[in-house]
Amino acid sequence: MPATAETIVGVFAHVDTTVRALEELRAKGYHDLTVYTPVPVHEIEEVLERDRPVSRVRLFTLIGGLTGIVSAFLLTIWTSLVWGLVTGGKYFQFGPGGIVGSSLPPFVIIAFELMVLFGGIATVIGMVMLGRLPRFRPSASFDPRFTNDRFGIAVHCAPGRSPSVREILRTAGAEEVRA
Amino acid sequence: MSDTRITSPTFADVTRDVARTLEPPGNLYFSWMSVVALILTAGILAWAGQVWWGMGMAGKRVPQMWAMYITSFVFWIGIGHAGTLISAILYLFRARWRTSIYRAAEAMTIFAVMTAGLFPLIHAGRMWFAYYLLPYPNQRSLWPNFRSPLVWDVFAISTYLSISTVFFIVGLIPDIAALRDVSSGWRRRIYAMLALGWEGADSQWRHYRRAYGLLASLATPLVLSVHSVVSWDFAMALVPGWHSTLFAPFFVDGAIFSGFAMVLILILPMRHFFGLHAYIQEKHLDAMGKLILVTGLLLTYFYVCEIFTSLYSGDDIEKASLFWKVTKTYAWALWLMYFCNCVSPLILFSKRARTSPSVLYVVSILVLIGMWFERFNIIVPSLGHDFYPYTWGIYYPSPTDTMIVVGSFAWFFLLFLGFIRVMPSLSVVEVKETLPPPMRDKTHAGHR
Repeated sequence: MPATAETIVGVFAHVDTTVRALEELRAKGYHDLTVYTPVPVHEIEEVLERDRPVSRVRLFTLIGGLTGIVSAFLLTIWTSLVWGLVTGGKYFQFGPGGIVGSSLPPFVIIAFELMVLFGGIATVIGMVMLGRLPRFRPSASFDPRFTNDRFGIAVHCAPGRSPSVREILRTAGAEEVRA
Repeated sequence: MSDTRITSPTFADVTRDVARTLEPPGNLYFSWMSVVALILTAGILAWAGQVWWGMGMAGKRVPQMWAMYITSFVFWIGIGHAGTLISAILYLFRARWRTSIYRAAEAMTIFAVMTAGLFPLIHAGRMWFAYYLLPYPNQRSLWPNFRSPLVWDVFAISTYLSISTVFFIVGLIPDIAALRDVSSGWRRRIYAMLALGWEGADSQWRHYRRAYGLLASLATPLVLSVHSVVSWDFAMALVPGWHSTLFAPFFVDGAIFSGFAMVLILILPMRHFFGLHAYIQEKHLDAMGKLILVTGLLLTYFYVCEIFTSLYSGDDIEKASLFWKVTKTYAWALWLMYFCNCVSPLILFSKRARTSPSVLYVVSILVLIGMWFERFNIIVPSLGHDFYPYTWGIYYPSPTDTMIVVGSFAWFFLLFLGFIRVMPSLSVVEVKETLPPPMRDKTHAGHR
């Protein structure tokens, strides 16, 4: 966003008026929008997600989960090679004919647990990073009512366009329009 | 869907009603806290005595080296399972009735696992060497035996605690932000810090929603695996009465059964004292009652299977062990368990019973007693009557281990009582999601 841009915020009490404003703004070519909602609303998401790729959080989960599986097998196999404890006739050793012994199945349990652990933690890291959290100061367009029962649209536009944006927001049914 | 929707409150009502539960509590609350804290102190003193004078204080002798502590460990891990079932599995199934109880259930899970985690440490005696269980590099190149179910347990339980906590905290973020914006003073500052600056912008929600779904999908197989792994602590051993492939599903079902009973024990007083009748309605109690009934019937089936497998095995030692359990020293505990777990939930076939808080409360207490004794019956009599008569023995509880087990209940309730006064025990966001969204054009309202 260039430094000269303006931000206009519209506060709405209803979902249908918010959706109407969003559709109108997008039709007029305003795409730099931030929408604040107290809960995720299906109708609003439908408009916003139309031309967006799926959230990349899932990539974090995949990488985390695979890291968990690989590190669990490395840990269990490597430790049973350096500490050759034979229990129940089962051991794990590199012999002349390749791997001797057959204790891989119990290691799957460790791999499963570490997959969930690493995958879960990576998911949260992904959510925090992609959602640009933590924020130490509220953004200028935020209003405390947006976590309670009001919906907000912040439109970032070129300086000269603000009257037209205000007009769109007000016609759609905004309770309040401010800069 | 209209029958599962809470119709009366608006979005603003929800925020206000949840904020109301965090107002300064009255004397009743503090007197409960004091009672619980006193019991916990007694438990801590008993534990200090055990550390000082040795493990003999806990009444542990050969052959029952696993007794009350491991019983309580399995019991508390089981309690946690209902919380994850409600928060993750029912989330994936989009069961809307879960929204008003899932936060309390999830908190219960974490506190139950925190309670359970104490027992292996108390049981091991010298708990300052507990780190021996973890794989850490050491100069003698000693490593844990990854073929041992006890090491699987370490991984399963610590993963379970971490993932449940992460899941819980992620769910709390938007709720804390909602509370931040309606509170003032030092509370506001603390909530502002914990909410990580959450604003509910679309760029935050889209990643949040995706992450929440993925966490739920990871937690779902995890919760089933945890109690299966706990059951393998027993099933992998050769002890008659333990060595059975039935154990994993048997334990998971019992865990969910006892967990639902504990959820009811926690939410019924919460509903009464906070006046949350608009959110935790009769239909929620009804759904919980049905789940207790179903898991109870399934458990009855497992009990029958257990007896059948033992009789059908053709193994004299198995049959002798079963005969001893059913008729001798610990028979009272077995029959008490059958009554509490198989007979008492049958009253929930009646809808009037399922919607009556007092009936549900009594059934829940009986179920918890029954499920504690189930673990006792698996552990103590099986160890007391294995292959050779010279290894048979009787275990008697000692004041020390009894007090520690009672103290663990106090520890759990202390954590929960503390939680409901500082954090939203009802999910602000998820309850709002089940409400019809505010529409100006009323013809569209409620099409969800």
